[in-house]
Amino acid sequence: MDTLAIWQWLIAPLQYEFMIKALIVSAFVGAVCAFLSCYMTLKGWALMGDAVSHSVTPGVVLAYIFNLPYSIGAFVFGIGSVLAIGFIKSKTRIKEDTVIGLVFTGFFALGLVLISKNPSNVDLLHILFGNVLGISTGDMIQTFIIGSITLVTLLVLRKDLLLFCFDPTHARSIGINIVALHYILLGVLSLTIVAALQTVGIILVVAMLVTPGATAYLLTDHFDRMIPLAIASGVFSSVLGTYISYYLDGSTGGCIVVTQTLLFVVAMIFAPKYGLLKQRSGSPAAEIEGEA
Amino acid sequence: MRMAPVGANPVSVEVENVTVDYNGKVALHGASLQLRAGSICGLVGMNGSGKSTLFKAIMGFVPPSAGRVLIQGLPSRLVQKRSLVAYVPQAEEVDWNFPVSVWDVVMMGRYGYMNLLRIPGARDRQIVYDSLERVQMLEMRDRQIGELSGGQRKRAFLARALAQQGSVILLDEPFTGVDIKTEKTMIDLLLELKQQGHTILISTHDLASITTFCDQVVLINRTILAYGDISDVFTEENLARTFGGSVGKFLPES
Repeated sequence: MDTLAIWQWLIAPLQYEFMIKALIVSAFVGAVCAFLSCYMTLKGWALMGDAVSHSVTPGVVLAYIFNLPYSIGAFVFGIGSVLAIGFIKSKTRIKEDTVIGLVFTGFFALGLVLISKNPSNVDLLHILFGNVLGISTGDMIQTFIIGSITLVTLLVLRKDLLLFCFDPTHARSIGINIVALHYILLGVLSLTIVAALQTVGIILVVAMLVTPGATAYLLTDHFDRMIPLAIASGVFSSVLGTYISYYLDGSTGGCIVVTQTLLFVVAMIFAPKYGLLKQRSGSPAAEIEGEA
Repeated sequence: MRMAPVGANPVSVEVENVTVDYNGKVALHGASLQLRAGSICGLVGMNGSGKSTLFKAIMGFVPPSAGRVLIQGLPSRLVQKRSLVAYVPQAEEVDWNFPVSVWDVVMMGRYGYMNLLRIPGARDRQIVYDSLERVQMLEMRDRQIGELSGGQRKRAFLARALAQQGSVILLDEPFTGVDIKTEKTMIDLLLELKQQGHTILISTHDLASITTFCDQVVLINRTILAYGDISDVFTEENLARTFGGSVGKFLPES
């Protein structure tokens, strides 16, 4: 492929308004999710992301039934699932991962029942797998507002959240309210999932929330570099994935997440310090690991 | 050596008849303790004896069901706001793969003094620099924390406690997995901090390592069994109550 061909490959889809919208929305969502994914990866909250994303289903359906913005219904149920998990965990002797599995499947099942009883209102496939190519201007605005709240929150609390993930004991001992940070992070997680629903859908949103962070984590030892690396990989996969889905005429969410996963695999093999190739040849990192 | 007799310094940590229970299960019962500024105290007990509960009570993490804890006469909320108590964690509590450098970790000691965005000022950077210098870790400042040896890891977190400038420093099993040379460096530093009026409380299950430099010891087993000068406290009977019979291997060589 020469330069001209690549240029044409990039330009051709832009004659369609729906493609321009889709590219803008997926790039934005890719950036927001990637920023948050740094914290999800470090805190070990992948399962929590999966839980919240599935739990928003009944909220989306109810919002359509009552003619409310889907984001409100989704957010209410996202937060509801988080509170339910916290409540059951504190009041019973059941372990956290069991509680999470129990709550999100319960919420998701309720969503399925609601959809099956209101087939004309909602398209199940769009909820499950996203529909960024068909996104309306109204939904686009909702996505931008919600995503911006996440971005601002993460920017302001960037360091507090890092300390919360790294050493909550120290955070607490110097008067930082870690309970508030815990719920802020969960709230931001719910918001981000809501923002990403249209792009990749409920099933795949968790990939957006862990893969870019995991990729960046293999590439650097510095949190300040991890964030831009994650965002770069998130935006790049979103844009490339959307193009690929145009040419393949395939699922956009699927193409985005496959691209992200391939980037992760590349990082896993070729990362300068923690890549498999480096480790095999006996890197300093591997030696220190052995000492400890 | 002392600038003033320990007895003359003001009381810094006051634990008054504190009982802590978790969902009805008593972890610490009727504990009373007074630590003066400019002293080093060893907290000795087995695993599960309530050492970490006492630490949590001093940091204000667990509300006592009876009694109270005051640091410099202040309740825990103000103590936290003023970053008065610094905690040096056990090695296994830390995720050593976390993408932070030594400098980043020590700077975390300064967060309590910064505004919401936690942007360090020149003074914060100077204090972090000085703290790293005092524990001889300045040349390691850009290392990711997992790339440090056991002793260097301990010193990095001790530097964070220094940067926090708290008047009380709690150390949780600080000499586990540390070589003799680092242990000596740390003890020298602790003695120096004591001279400057810090109150230092060290938890350990190893009696031998602390008798050489502690002013007082506290024996703990669900409650405070004894506390005071080492010579008064380390009686056979007290140690038997602390360790439940298996004293022999814990006794310091005298």
